[in-house]
Amino acid sequence: MTVILNQSFTGISIGAVLLLIALGLTLTFGQMGVINMAHGEFIMAGAYTTYVLQKSISSAGLSLLVALPLAFLVAGAMGALLEWLLIRRLYTRPLDTLLVTWGVSLMLQQLARDIFGAPNVQTHAPDLLIGNVSVAGVTLANNRLFILGLALLCVLGLTLILRLTSLGRRIRAVVQNRDLAEVSGIATERVDRTTFFIGSGLAGVAGVALTLVGPIGPTMGTNYIVDAFLVVVVGGIGQLKGSVITAFGLGVLQSVLEYSTTVSVAKVVVLVAIVAFLQWRPQGLYTLRTRSLA
Amino acid sequence: MSGLSISRRGLLAGVSALGASAALSACGAKTGSDTSSGAGAKADTSGDTVKVGLLNSLSGTMAISEVTVHNALLLAVKEINAAGGVLGKKLKPISQDGASDWPTFAEKAQTLITDDKVVATFGCWTSASRKAVKPVFERSKSLLFYPVQYEGLEQSPYIFYTGATTNQQIVPALDYLKKQGLTKLYLVGSDYVFPRTANKEIRAYAKANGMDVVGEDYAPLGSTEFSTIVNKVKDAGADAVFNTLNGDSNVAFFKEYKSAGLTAKSLPVLSVSIAEEEVKSIGTQYLEGQLTAWNYYQTTPGAANEKFVKAYQAAYGKDKPTSDPMEAAYISVYLWKEMVEKAGSFDVAKVKAASDGITFDAPEGKVTVDGATQHVYKTARIGKVGSDGLIEEVWNSGKPIKPDPYLKGYSWASGLS
Repeated sequence: MTVILNQSFTGISIGAVLLLIALGLTLTFGQMGVINMAHGEFIMAGAYTTYVLQKSISSAGLSLLVALPLAFLVAGAMGALLEWLLIRRLYTRPLDTLLVTWGVSLMLQQLARDIFGAPNVQTHAPDLLIGNVSVAGVTLANNRLFILGLALLCVLGLTLILRLTSLGRRIRAVVQNRDLAEVSGIATERVDRTTFFIGSGLAGVAGVALTLVGPIGPTMGTNYIVDAFLVVVVGGIGQLKGSVITAFGLGVLQSVLEYSTTVSVAKVVVLVAIVAFLQWRPQGLYTLRTRSLA
Repeated sequence: MSGLSISRRGLLAGVSALGASAALSACGAKTGSDTSSGAGAKADTSGDTVKVGLLNSLSGTMAISEVTVHNALLLAVKEINAAGGVLGKKLKPISQDGASDWPTFAEKAQTLITDDKVVATFGCWTSASRKAVKPVFERSKSLLFYPVQYEGLEQSPYIFYTGATTNQQIVPALDYLKKQGLTKLYLVGSDYVFPRTANKEIRAYAKANGMDVVGEDYAPLGSTEFSTIVNKVKDAGADAVFNTLNGDSNVAFFKEYKSAGLTAKSLPVLSVSIAEEEVKSIGTQYLEGQLTAWNYYQTTPGAANEKFVKAYQAAYGKDKPTSDPMEAAYISVYLWKEMVEKAGSFDVAKVKAASDGITFDAPEGKVTVDGATQHVYKTARIGKVGSDGLIEEVWNSGKPIKPDPYLKGYSWASGLS
């Protein structure tokens, strides 16, 4: 029983990491249809922001708190710049976007290598986030709880923005029917850039969270990007709800399978399950009902 | 047995190279004729300088470790040049990036040999990359100096192994664990040739020595999700973890390990791929008190080591640590120099013939080349990670151990090769 509970928590915490990364992709890939291969490098930018901050703010806890909004701004600005320089010229050519952003991803990795060096760097986690708490025999790692909380907070924030603000309304309008939104007087280009800013910024926040669990290096983003795309595709393009359910579902499935088999077998089973699922429901868990023909 | 498999492998590689050059008939006659004739590339020794190849991953998941080896190689080349070179010729290092990708390693090795006409090549880290370039060096009859500890069971006539083989690292590490009464082992490794082979050897050793392997898990190279593996380790009732993870994965593994409440006291981890540079990038707070098995530490006493550490830090930064693979890379260039000077020639056959008994006063202590196996006599050292991020030696084998890549001297290993 303890094993099952332990593995469920492990799965949920894996899901939280996936969710944090997939949230930004849900916006950029899901809502705008841009396959942004450089999303992983925005994660990296967020992680390096934490690293740089820790050089000037010695308190690990404080620097982590400052890093969260700062990483959002840094990664968001990089995303907006990328959108303005390249992606907006390629909106109707998804395959070209894929290649271009992949190239950008490689360039950003090399840039990080030139600035920070090829070896990984380390940040100090606040003492509070290093230990764990035991609840009914289940070990809950503090850093994982923190990431889970952060992921849920981001989902909540994003939902509120999309539901309640005028920006959110504009974003939804553009997603549902770009042409109609445009003739209604919405500056779709500016909405696109803002959406990209938020989506990339969320990747930066994910990067800060990842400094607590994984390596910080030029290629760290590539470790997660494929899984994050899977979450978005299975969840249903552009559906927050779908991404949340899928991230936690895949996390739990992966960790339960992994416990009884091996990492590789679990990965294979999960991938096969995803392919089978998409055969049955190519549109993903949830779909957007829209009258646009696209 | 091994001779047969080598020639078959060489043949296969030759055939595939032929196929490739036939398919790409427009790709230039030079490469085509060099690889298909099988006669090997001629190293160019005509000028005042000779080229040496440095083949390391300067990008990708392995760059964290391999860049430091590349630095150490450059340092040795620079020192040798400053002291007058080899046989009166200066060395010109040609660096190629293997990019943590095994086919790229093979391709770059071929470039070094056929296009740059290097007299010898130094580098590679993972066994997968070594296995990828092995047929290239054998086909071209060119020399590779490989500076990293590895799983043994290999003896290519065109590779000199200056890192430890199994009986100079893993076997002494197991002896040490047994002596400490840590007999129930959990094996965690990256999923490729070194950990798989090493763990096979560990299982054989355990069976013969009354030790238990209570679990064995592999993570894909570059994997950063270890929560489940750590849960399994925790539940298995092991006395110690034997860690053969490589590269970035170690960071995620040790962060998870600490979060799960496991410590060096409650469940020690003995790692064979974590040296000073990795300690630094994983974070001392996650590693303090954990064990490592190597042949050299930055703290190893001796004048030769003091000189090496000083020279390295002068060249690459005061806070840069030195590590075992770096040291093995550094001495590999010197050992090659000694061989060439003894042979009086850069010719590969003559260098090989001159190799037996070559000694060098290395930072790790005196090392001697064993000509029969083309490995090096090395002292095994178990270390403990200190709070300053350096590794303190807690045990050593007393004297250099004779290399035994096929573990012929160990009865328990009879079924392995």
